[in-house]
Amino acid sequence: MMRQALAALLLSGVALPAQAYKVFVSNERGNTVTVLDGETWEVLAEFPAGNRPRGITVSPDGKELYVCASDDDTVRVFDTETYEELHQLPSGPDPELFVLHPSGNPLYIANEDDNLVTVTDVKTRQILAEIPVGVEPEGMGISPDGTRVVNTSETTNMAHFIDTTTFEIVQNTLVDQRPRFAQFTADGSLLYVSAEIGGTVSVVDPASGEVLHKITFEVTGILPELLQPVGVRVTQDGSRVFVALGPSNRVAVVDGKTWEVLDYLLVGQRVWQLAFTPDEKFLITTNGNSNDVSIIDVAAGEVVQSVPVGQQPWGVVVTPQ
Amino acid sequence: MLRPVAALCLFGILAGLPANAQNVAAAVLRVDYPSLLPISRLDLPTEDLGFAGAVLATEDNQTTGQFLGQEYETRTVSATPEEARSTFDQLIADGYRIIIVMARHDDLLGFADAAPGGTLILNARATDESLRSEDCRANVLHVAPSEQMLTDALAQFLVWKRWDRWLVIHGSHPEDLSLAAAYEASAAKFGARIVETREFTDTGGARATDSGHVLVQRQIPVFTQGASRHSVVVAADANDIFAPYLPFQTWDAAPVTGSAGLRPVTWHPAHEAWGATQMQNRFEELAGRPMREEDYQAWLALRVVGEAVTRTQSADPDALRDYMLGPDFEVAAFKGQPLTFRDWNGELRQPILLTDGRITVSVSPQEGFLHQVSPLDTLGLDRPESKCTAFGEESG
Repeated sequence: MMRQALAALLLSGVALPAQAYKVFVSNERGNTVTVLDGETWEVLAEFPAGNRPRGITVSPDGKELYVCASDDDTVRVFDTETYEELHQLPSGPDPELFVLHPSGNPLYIANEDDNLVTVTDVKTRQILAEIPVGVEPEGMGISPDGTRVVNTSETTNMAHFIDTTTFEIVQNTLVDQRPRFAQFTADGSLLYVSAEIGGTVSVVDPASGEVLHKITFEVTGILPELLQPVGVRVTQDGSRVFVALGPSNRVAVVDGKTWEVLDYLLVGQRVWQLAFTPDEKFLITTNGNSNDVSIIDVAAGEVVQSVPVGQQPWGVVVTPQ
Repeated sequence: MLRPVAALCLFGILAGLPANAQNVAAAVLRVDYPSLLPISRLDLPTEDLGFAGAVLATEDNQTTGQFLGQEYETRTVSATPEEARSTFDQLIADGYRIIIVMARHDDLLGFADAAPGGTLILNARATDESLRSEDCRANVLHVAPSEQMLTDALAQFLVWKRWDRWLVIHGSHPEDLSLAAAYEASAAKFGARIVETREFTDTGGARATDSGHVLVQRQIPVFTQGASRHSVVVAADANDIFAPYLPFQTWDAAPVTGSAGLRPVTWHPAHEAWGATQMQNRFEELAGRPMREEDYQAWLALRVVGEAVTRTQSADPDALRDYMLGPDFEVAAFKGQPLTFRDWNGELRQPILLTDGRITVSVSPQEGFLHQVSPLDTLGLDRPESKCTAFGEESG
């Protein structure tokens, strides 16, 4: 309701008081998080975030920022207003990427060096479960109803479907080489799994675990080896899928129904992760080798700005509206 | 049968399992040839050289296998050259049909020709070009790169740098001459000039003993004095006799490459790109030492096997071989692109790292070296150059 009301206001051209959201970018080599204003794209702050910050997410109320400090073997929790560290969460060793339950608790964490997914209660700060998965777990996705969490293992090349009540693996789907990211559609009907070295995005039916289609990529004049899919984001209505293509410095725009690639947008160097603004007007990309983020105007399908951030930006999250 | 079932229960897999577990048994046979100690003690041999990589690959394969009902077992054995053949025969007698071999040309060929039908050998050490050409065998796939792959990888970088006037210094052993010939072929292939060739004769002295550096500092400048104008030194020293003495000691201020200085390798312990950090971490935790080329090549050979088992759901060596050589096979190995096999000679296509021993300086193939099939085919013997006919059916 709120969003529709806002949209109506925007359409009628009434100036709104700034209820601006913030963009948080983890800088893997800089050991910091950069904060951007979600309207002006100005850098508001850069603060220390522990050693090798990679995965980054925010609580549903927008108040707590969670950062995987991979080399500290912990998840650091920051206040999104003051940027003070509030406390840490036990994460298991080498946390890389995580996903928060839609309710805001618990946190499902991939432990890359130990072939585990750790489930951590963000309120009691206790580990609820450790689930053995394949070699080099990385991608973490959760179904919108919160019943299934999906982990991808980069050397085993599987998407593991984990029951969130029993913490048991109920299904394994083989995908192409080095799966990096798993993303459900908002209605939970499809799961997209990127394979960095395989060069594909598998479209999986979460009910059966079957691979329905493999999206492939091709850009004239770019070596196919450089088209390495990593981050994936899908619009709320499922109509568009955005895929970050690593060292090809492109983001692919894919039709969510036909799975045809509609466009390739040129962004910064080595693009890995993506995040929409809550209104889906913009998509932010982390460009690890050019130390900046690119801002894509989603409707126009073009890059409108690039903003320098810290050293080797890895992940990105935007506070909810 | 009990153990896989227990593993499956443990990991709570309930749906879609194959009814019975498959056992994937492989052996790693390493032949230890007598040799001098290396010049640098950083390169001292370890008991578990190669084997530690095999153990890691088996753990990796097993982690995957638990989800598919497969049990991996790998036996590692070392042998003297005298025992090599009987050790191989014993592995065959014990039922092993997937064997990773770390041995020289003659022993490898002996094994290949003695192996019964339905045996698959993966070469994880021998770099001889002939094994991928006139001496190729249908039951041998090569995970180790050939000499020419390595020399092409360095040559591309030197040409990209426009360091195209080479002073080649080779040793006096047959392997050194073979390596020098590979550099000569690479120079011709990519348009570099060998302006002069010198031979460093192995007289048995000049090891880095106490105060040996004093002699080296006097001898090497004299040995390299008066060479034709060159931009780079390319050393061909297959047995670690002299090349490490060349950097900083040459008469002219030219960088040293090849067997010392900037070296072409499949792996080094500081490689971090493309997720390699994770591999280094896992290996160091397991073995308590840095990961070497031999470890990587044994790991890769068994990962190739594991990947083929995962995709085919078969443990039959013939079925695995066919799949490895087929169009659907690919394996990720921390090199930034999928690795595949050349179906005309059974050699794995792989990028080659160039290292100074501290960091990854570059990775070949270099930008701009193009090929109609794959840029990786600019390294090593390409289809028209290989005299291998044992893979006739596939090369169609």
